[in-house]
Amino acid sequence: MSSTAAAFADATVRTATPLVLAAIGETVVERAGIINIGLEGVILSGAFGALVGATHGGLAGGFLAGAVSGVAVAMLFALFVVKLRCDQIITGTAITLLAVGLTGTLYRGLYGASGAALSIATLSPISIPVLSKIPVVGSGFFEQPAITYGLYFLVPATWWWMYRTHAGLALRAMGESPMAAEAAGIRVDRVRVAAIALGGALGGLAGATLVLAQAGTFAENMSAGRGFVAIAIVVLGRWHPLGVALAALLFGASSALQFLLQAMGLALPYQLFLALPYALTLAALAGVAGRVRAPAALAKVDDE
Amino acid sequence: MVILQTPPRDDRCDDYRSMSGKRALLRSGNAAAALLLLGIIAGTGAVLAVAGFDISRAFIALFSGSLGSWYAIGSGTLVRATPLILTGLAVAIAFRAGVLNIGAEGQFLVGAAAGAAMALGVKAPGAIVITLSLAAGAAAGAAWAAIAAVLRSRFHVLEVISTILLNFLAANLLSYLVRGPMQEPTHIYPQTLTIPDAAQLPRLGGATRLHLGFAIAVIACLASWWLIRFTAGGFRLRAVGANPHAARSAGLIDVERVTMRAFLSSGALAGLAGAIEVCGVTYALYENISPGYGYTAIAVALLARLNAAAVIVTGIVFGALEAGGASMQRDAGVPSVVVSVVEAGIILALVVVQRVRISDYGTVSR
Repeated sequence: MSSTAAAFADATVRTATPLVLAAIGETVVERAGIINIGLEGVILSGAFGALVGATHGGLAGGFLAGAVSGVAVAMLFALFVVKLRCDQIITGTAITLLAVGLTGTLYRGLYGASGAALSIATLSPISIPVLSKIPVVGSGFFEQPAITYGLYFLVPATWWWMYRTHAGLALRAMGESPMAAEAAGIRVDRVRVAAIALGGALGGLAGATLVLAQAGTFAENMSAGRGFVAIAIVVLGRWHPLGVALAALLFGASSALQFLLQAMGLALPYQLFLALPYALTLAALAGVAGRVRAPAALAKVDDE
Repeated sequence: MVILQTPPRDDRCDDYRSMSGKRALLRSGNAAAALLLLGIIAGTGAVLAVAGFDISRAFIALFSGSLGSWYAIGSGTLVRATPLILTGLAVAIAFRAGVLNIGAEGQFLVGAAAGAAMALGVKAPGAIVITLSLAAGAAAGAAWAAIAAVLRSRFHVLEVISTILLNFLAANLLSYLVRGPMQEPTHIYPQTLTIPDAAQLPRLGGATRLHLGFAIAVIACLASWWLIRFTAGGFRLRAVGANPHAARSAGLIDVERVTMRAFLSSGALAGLAGAIEVCGVTYALYENISPGYGYTAIAVALLARLNAAAVIVTGIVFGALEAGGASMQRDAGVPSVVVSVVEAGIILALVVVQRVRISDYGTVSR
């Protein structure tokens, strides 16, 4: 039973890792008053970029290329949304469509029509001494690829930056009232572009994690809705970095439930397990959404 | 050589709010649109070239598969246009009312499942079983949309997020159905039995595969256009979409009721599209029954400027693109997913040129 519990903890953290990356980025973006529905496309591009990078430059090259691809796609989004002041929802949807088309076409073109299973070396888990020996959850949290450990710094750092620094205050201010922020001397557009770039880098890293730390290969549409789930997680986590990380773990746990239920010998259709996290996310949103307040300027287009 | 010209008067100012002076250049509509279209074609060609495909063969296949012959037009373009017109209409109606229904895809899938279940289950004369199947599809689509509609009105869950999550739920539900309770009796293929002849939509004559569903889609668009334009209900829908606060305070309109109706109608149309696809084209239910019609529908609706009648035309345009894309994959080995690049390009171009805004009021902020 303890091995089942360990597998559960491990699967929870593994599923949560790319989600935390993407959702923390999206939290920063949404706190600046922008909603990037194109996050799905950012993750997918990051995954494809990681594949290309890793085939040429190894693991480090893969993660770098993943982040760069994410930033590139996010900058396209920023061009339309910040510079041209287009509708954020429509632009984001188009960005995702674009990424699906681009990665699908390039993948088939560059790596063969059949999309033959390409195998890349993955980041191996590093076991942290002592901590990984904690019963049940130890191996789940402390025997993971390095990218997961990065999150143990990223999440608190984002919280600290957002709530304890002047720059973080400026970010949150423009999410509530960009005009007031502008009047207070904050360069709203510039900060927003920077926030979107950061969100792109983290989303790209999330995609790279899928390829380089988990699947070991690329598949068309492999982001499989994680970008949209990450956006839901931001709401669940109430636009707060720590809450977002917890919400991602909750989602990870719900998709890891299949290990527990299968170990119990329940013969349920596998689609149920695949669908469960989405259903739980919807239910959780229903419980939370009415009682939290989104950044007031979220998704609004402001004409000056 | 005209750099700046007077912007064309926008007679649809209830849809598109005023523009700021900064974008004067972009306002010179047609020239910009033509340039953008060229840009999209060039960009797509560049993507194909980078991926190492034969561009000329690809474009020839694109043309011959969509507009190259009467057969291609009837069996390719118009058959593909049918689900796009209906889902495009679904999106247009929702967007008009300020409802961000990104869930046409999921509503299409559950509609297809319900339609297939009815077509396989009911033993009755053709007209009856077809009517029941299409009605079941529409009802299922509306019910699927109702989940998001209730989540929005009761729990303040953004429909953008809920409808997308529901798309994934619908895909998993469909996968379960065609591998579980609805699977064909030999349990080899993940699909249902072929629906009986009686349940298949009649062809519209000629040698093509064009079926009655196309006529239904066209009629649905014209009827919706008339309803939106000339009835009090249509006026309320436009008023709520333009500004729900004003509609509530100045027009004494029950905003919740109007949005709920628009959301359900939108779902019903997308579900109807799914049932028509099963009864008119595939004759069976399987997982990949939709190549993303529900997402392409957004481009269809935007290109039509959310005008229900214009959706017929833009649906055919994207139908041609989809049919051509399929023939590109068949004849030139180019993955049909490249069509998504073109669609995304068109949406991005439109969102700049038309200044469509759907998330200013009511929906995202509350």
